[in-house]
Amino acid sequence: MQEVMKKRAKELLASGEVTRVIGWKKNEFDYDITPAVFETAEAIDRDFVYDDFCGPNLSKFTFQHQKNDTKTLVFLKPCDTYSMTQMVTEHRVNRDALYIIGIPCFGKIDIEKIKADGMTGILSVTSEGADVKVHTLYGDKTYVKIDVMAERCLACKSKYHTIYDELIGEEGEVMETDRFDQVKELEAMTPDQRFEFWRGELSRCIRCNACRNACPACTCESCVFDNPESGIAQKAAADSFEENMFHIIRAFHVAGRCTDCGECSRVCPQHIPLHLLNRKFISDINGYYGEYQAGEEVGQRAPLVNFTKEDVEPDVVAKGGK
Amino acid sequence: MQKIGVFVCHCGTNIAGTVDVKAVAEALGKEPGVVFSTEYQYMCSEAGQNLIKDAIKNYGLTGIVVCSCSPRMHEATFRKTAAAAGLNSYMVEIANIREQCSWIHKDVKVATEKAIVLGRTAIAKVALNTPLTASETPVVKRALVIGGGIAGIQTALDIADAGYEVDLVEKEPTIGGKMAQIDKTFPTLDCAACILTPKMVDCAQNEKIHIYAYSEVESVKGFVGNFNVTIKKKARFVDETKCTGCGICTEKCPMKKTPNLFNLGLDNRSAIYIPFAQAIPKIATIDADYCNMLKNGKCGVCSKVCAAGAIDYKQQDQYIEQQYGAIVVATGFNPIKLDNYSEFAYNESPDVVTSLELERLMNAAGPNGGTLLRPSDKTHPHTIVFVQCVGSRDTTDCGKPYCSKICCMYTAKHAMLIRDKYPDTEVYVFYMDVRTPGKNFDEFYRRAVEDYGVHYIKGMVGKVMPQPDGKLLVRGSDLLTDEQLKIEADMVVLAAAIEPDKTARPLATMLTASMDTNDFFTEAHPKLRPVESPTAGIFLSGVCQGPKDIPETVAQASAAAAKVIGLLAKPALKSNPCTAHSDENLCNGCSSCERVCPYGAISYVDKEFRMPDRTTKVRRVASVNPAVCQGCGACTVACPSGAMDLSGFSNKQIMAEVDAICR
Repeated sequence: MQEVMKKRAKELLASGEVTRVIGWKKNEFDYDITPAVFETAEAIDRDFVYDDFCGPNLSKFTFQHQKNDTKTLVFLKPCDTYSMTQMVTEHRVNRDALYIIGIPCFGKIDIEKIKADGMTGILSVTSEGADVKVHTLYGDKTYVKIDVMAERCLACKSKYHTIYDELIGEEGEVMETDRFDQVKELEAMTPDQRFEFWRGELSRCIRCNACRNACPACTCESCVFDNPESGIAQKAAADSFEENMFHIIRAFHVAGRCTDCGECSRVCPQHIPLHLLNRKFISDINGYYGEYQAGEEVGQRAPLVNFTKEDVEPDVVAKGGK
Repeated sequence: MQKIGVFVCHCGTNIAGTVDVKAVAEALGKEPGVVFSTEYQYMCSEAGQNLIKDAIKNYGLTGIVVCSCSPRMHEATFRKTAAAAGLNSYMVEIANIREQCSWIHKDVKVATEKAIVLGRTAIAKVALNTPLTASETPVVKRALVIGGGIAGIQTALDIADAGYEVDLVEKEPTIGGKMAQIDKTFPTLDCAACILTPKMVDCAQNEKIHIYAYSEVESVKGFVGNFNVTIKKKARFVDETKCTGCGICTEKCPMKKTPNLFNLGLDNRSAIYIPFAQAIPKIATIDADYCNMLKNGKCGVCSKVCAAGAIDYKQQDQYIEQQYGAIVVATGFNPIKLDNYSEFAYNESPDVVTSLELERLMNAAGPNGGTLLRPSDKTHPHTIVFVQCVGSRDTTDCGKPYCSKICCMYTAKHAMLIRDKYPDTEVYVFYMDVRTPGKNFDEFYRRAVEDYGVHYIKGMVGKVMPQPDGKLLVRGSDLLTDEQLKIEADMVVLAAAIEPDKTARPLATMLTASMDTNDFFTEAHPKLRPVESPTAGIFLSGVCQGPKDIPETVAQASAAAAKVIGLLAKPALKSNPCTAHSDENLCNGCSSCERVCPYGAISYVDKEFRMPDRTTKVRRVASVNPAVCQGCGACTVACPSGAMDLSGFSNKQIMAEVDAICR
């Protein structure tokens, strides 16, 4: 797959169809992958990679590195395309300046799961089919891929690309998932238990803003938390409750726009399951307004910013919380 | 530096009875920015207003807070007061310490404390107010009336009479509504059709009135003076411009087994039909659920016999867009479904009928040509039992808590008419109370009892049991004699409660007009503004606002028309200066605001921005048309980056209010 992608990227660069390529770049370790812009065939040959560690959603990176005056090639996994579609709907990227190639994804590996198993001194990790071979200073170990797959990939919602100019590989389908199981567990808690759960999780937050920076729904010109005029910036730093408020406000801001790509939880250095906040909103929106998946189609109208005669009356909305 | 004046009103004892107004004035006098604080018996009186004017001049006030009743009552008054003293009228805030405080609390300490918080909140807001100036918008000189019953007809006629264009939208193929189905009207017993059809004809002939029959309101946008409405004209499969209403198609149509809805399904008609002889417009309509041609593509008889060539099986729904200055809701009512009342055996026996069905059974154009016969075997009934309050004044979940208001009178009418025409028929009426307020109403009811010998029994029917011989065994109790009664009846007539038409709720949502828990439209003030909705430019006519008989409906319909005429006669309306605006530096151009805007006031422009590194960037940003914006604020909460803000209700002001409450 990686070689096919490299070849196609170089072709498009050579033909002048695109002048830049957005993809993934290998760093010091196999599992340490970052998004990158490639401008030459040499750079692609040297650094371009696509493997089971290429988790980062390139849509947000594309937004950050977009250029209007030239065409950029971007490779998108199925779940990345939902984010891209949502951004196009919100006019946050210039679709005309992009050449999108949809690529298949068979689930990404979460290195933290391997490390949690006690593996240290990891030299390399190779993934072939269902086998994940970990080569360390102290010996080798082989895992079954599904055991070390990222949580979000275990609850994969779709193998289907919602936006692309061309596809490499075969188009997949929208999947049946049990991604709301954990939401149901949270809903089953008493308000006190739930409050304690979230205080426990959110108290670890160090306000590094990684979630906000990675989130493809967080594309505001100026974030309300950075705008002293908003009256919110200081709210999120008022007291020990700040971290909680930051994440809850953020969840409200992306409600109805979040595609459930899971980047917030992936990038969190404190391993806070932030995606659960968003999933709760998605599950509520589905319940109140009928099934809705953000980023399915360009121009779709999200239930929260739309009106239909069938909309629930406000008194139907359940009461909860503390 | 702000100089704020606070004026606390006693409202007689309305506020002062539960709120220590002196303590409120004293406490609010210590708030930052407040330079003057006082209380007075009636702030809205001329003396009270003079007190405000003097304080504005003497203390050079830059903003005032009036702690009084709801801003709905006197905000306009105090804005004028401020303007008269040279203060911008938008530098006035009202703290509602009556409806939201004194009226709902009994404890003086609690109420006083809350009044202080409410006052403090208004002070926090007024400190951030900025002077605003209203502009003017024109009024479209055309009215829309939704519902073509007697209410809608009367309203349309009166508006047209004043010289304004009116569009009358009716969802059925003909106007006329429920009144067209009624046989005789109380208390005069004149025939309903005889008094209604001339008005229907007037509507059709009036060149100012355009009737959209078999049509529904699809969407409503805009605001008072400038509503944009889409009307869906449902496909009749008959070309209105060609059909002459001759009725040959209805005679020749082979699908004769179509339930006749005008006769409430008591008999059948053809699949192509004209609801009744005097229908307006008199145009045939094909019932797509029964027409063989539309269902299976086989038949086409009507098309062959139509000399005018009006049949068009391929006709589609049409959408018409029109602008209106005012909208009148006249959506009317229906009897409730009686599925929850199995004790009356309505679904078991065809001889148990509703009162509206009885109207059709007695009507000359009804299924029996005006002779009252039992639906089951077409024999003459000798004993008829009427049951009142079926679903009315019922506080269980089955029925309606309110009195349907018309049933006592129409039941007396039915009983009297039956006794008059068929003196050998015994008539029993079970009632909870007989309610006959109204001109000549009690006299009418007494005639039924005294002159016509109708047996009125105070009590409820417990059970109606169909017997094998076709009789209906009615078990009930007579509360006055404390007896259990068993009556062998031939027919039972149920005075089913009335409820607002089901189309009213979605319509209310489209109009942003409020409704009560029973789905009746709410009036702007229950006593003083009974024909206006709280939403500007929306007026109420007939039963959609609450149960009414025909004279009351007609009176209200004319009242609504008078309000509409008053609005349309204005050359222009003062527009609300509290409109939204976007901070282009923060705007993402994401379209969220445009999507929630009910008025279509937001559009987007590409603008060039200078970036920190001296480059320029073209971005898509929102732009609000202040002439169209109504200041609802939906965009300000939809905006993810906080770029949208509302003059007079800025995000900062609202935050300041919240902070003041939480302090």
